[in-house]
Amino acid sequence: MAQASYPDDLLYHAEHDWARIEDDHATLGITWYAQDALGEVVFFDPPTVGTILTKDASYTEVESVKAVSDVVAPLSGEIVEVNDALGENPATINEDPYGDGWLVKVRLSDPSERDALMDAATYKATLAG
Amino acid sequence: MLDAIGVGSLQEIFDRQIPAAVRLQRDLDLPAGLPEQDVYEHLSALAARNASSEDELSFLGAGMYDHYVPALIDMLMERSEFLTPYTPYQPEISQGGLQVMFEYQTAICELTGLDVSNASVYEGPSAVAAAGYLAKLHNGGSRFVVSAGMHPHTIETLRTLAHGYGMEVVEVPLRDGVTDPDEWARAIDENTSAAIFAQPNFYGAVEDAAALSAAAKAGHETAESDGAAGAGKPPVVIAQVDPIALGILAPPGDCGVDVAVGEGQPLGNRLDFGGPSFGFFAARHEYLRRMPGRIAGETLDVDGRRGFVLTLQTREQHIRREKATSNICTAQALNALAGVVYLTWLGRRGLVELGELLLARTHYARETLTAIDGVEKLHEQPVIREFALRLDADVAAVKRRCALQGVNPGVDVHALTGRAEDEGVLLVAITERRTRAHIDKLASVLGAAVAAERAAREAVPA
Repeated sequence: MAQASYPDDLLYHAEHDWARIEDDHATLGITWYAQDALGEVVFFDPPTVGTILTKDASYTEVESVKAVSDVVAPLSGEIVEVNDALGENPATINEDPYGDGWLVKVRLSDPSERDALMDAATYKATLAG
Repeated sequence: MLDAIGVGSLQEIFDRQIPAAVRLQRDLDLPAGLPEQDVYEHLSALAARNASSEDELSFLGAGMYDHYVPALIDMLMERSEFLTPYTPYQPEISQGGLQVMFEYQTAICELTGLDVSNASVYEGPSAVAAAGYLAKLHNGGSRFVVSAGMHPHTIETLRTLAHGYGMEVVEVPLRDGVTDPDEWARAIDENTSAAIFAQPNFYGAVEDAAALSAAAKAGHETAESDGAAGAGKPPVVIAQVDPIALGILAPPGDCGVDVAVGEGQPLGNRLDFGGPSFGFFAARHEYLRRMPGRIAGETLDVDGRRGFVLTLQTREQHIRREKATSNICTAQALNALAGVVYLTWLGRRGLVELGELLLARTHYARETLTAIDGVEKLHEQPVIREFALRLDADVAAVKRRCALQGVNPGVDVHALTGRAEDEGVLLVAITERRTRAHIDKLASVLGAAVAAERAAREAVPA
């Protein structure tokens, strides 16, 4: 994805993560800005299903040609699904960060944490600064 | 400059920056200066106190070996492109350096029968410890099960680093000169992160590598079927192998070994007072992302020409920043260069021939020496270029007598291991530089020394 994009239906975390919330579940990934800053992603270290995520804490790593970076959980919960396809094609994170490039799905332990996340406009404003 | 930073004197910088309580408050206790010529004489006299393997007939080994190093290696190592590089933060500009790494890795993969090799680490013992850390990253286990047949310095290095990793080191004793298979199987449980042995072991014996590997994996399965909690991935099987012995032994990759590491010194690096040398590190593909150091790869450039890149360096500091768990420096490649030049110089057939030569000479030496009264084999296991003897005499005293004849008969094992059962054990190494005539001389000097020590002991009633 060559052009910056921040879909309106997602919520954003200051560490450049997004969450798509459906009831008490959420799909998580990294934002266009994050993948652009990292450069080509060459490795995604998949966490295991059942891992407990704590909001604002790292739960996995992505490695690009430039650096290995922590991925921070925007919400707390338990991993119920991992995007195994990234093992073969980690660059999907660059190509489709909000679609096929999703990282994990979690069952939320505290759905009210969403109130601390930003909407697309607010997140975009932080990038401009 | 003092003006620019706002202080009046050099002393004032120290006064402001370093608390008085931690400062020495006196001059260092150093002798007065000497003229250069006097320093030269002094250092020459100190150097003359060393006995080099060129000056005496040495049968020392125990991990470092006096193999012949061809002049070709010095010629290539002294090229400034190899001798004076800075760390390759922009590695692709140094195609020659990357090609050396690539050729080296290819040679190590062929030698070990494993999928991937890194571009080398510092030396053998730290390679073992780094392999242990790979195992911890891979399966999260809490203990290293280690054969007592590993070099004592290697076990010490592993213990030192394991402490930092929060790991426990469990030692498995030897039986008949090799790792006790029953104790080995018993020691491996569901929390075992890695099972580690040496091939050949410190006492020269060739281990049954395939059996040790299979038992390590099976021990884990047994623990798991017993319903042990926390059982996850099986232990990583790590072998510290002598690269020279791989000319005639089955490669570790064919023996169920997951990670093969070892001391690279015997490959084209002189003894050099113990270093620097290099360690090699090869693994099965599934451990690729956990490997320390860096891996060079071959590719094509935009015009379709062959070129080399730094493909992987996942644990190094410029990728992992403050969370780096490996830091292999640039000039390390220089010692590995000697290794790949040596392997290339010998060639596939040469390495096999060298192994066969060592096997024959070592066999001759072992039989000749054990024909001496008061000298016995420590074990009956097959050996390749090193073997342990039990002397009916004090080893240190025997060594002193041999030294007077210009012979160093080998390593006093008890002095290295401190194990009570190693009292009287002498470890003898044979390289292609030790001829049959040298071995015969060793036999006569060692025989006389042992006989003299026994006579001296009998002359003094206990």
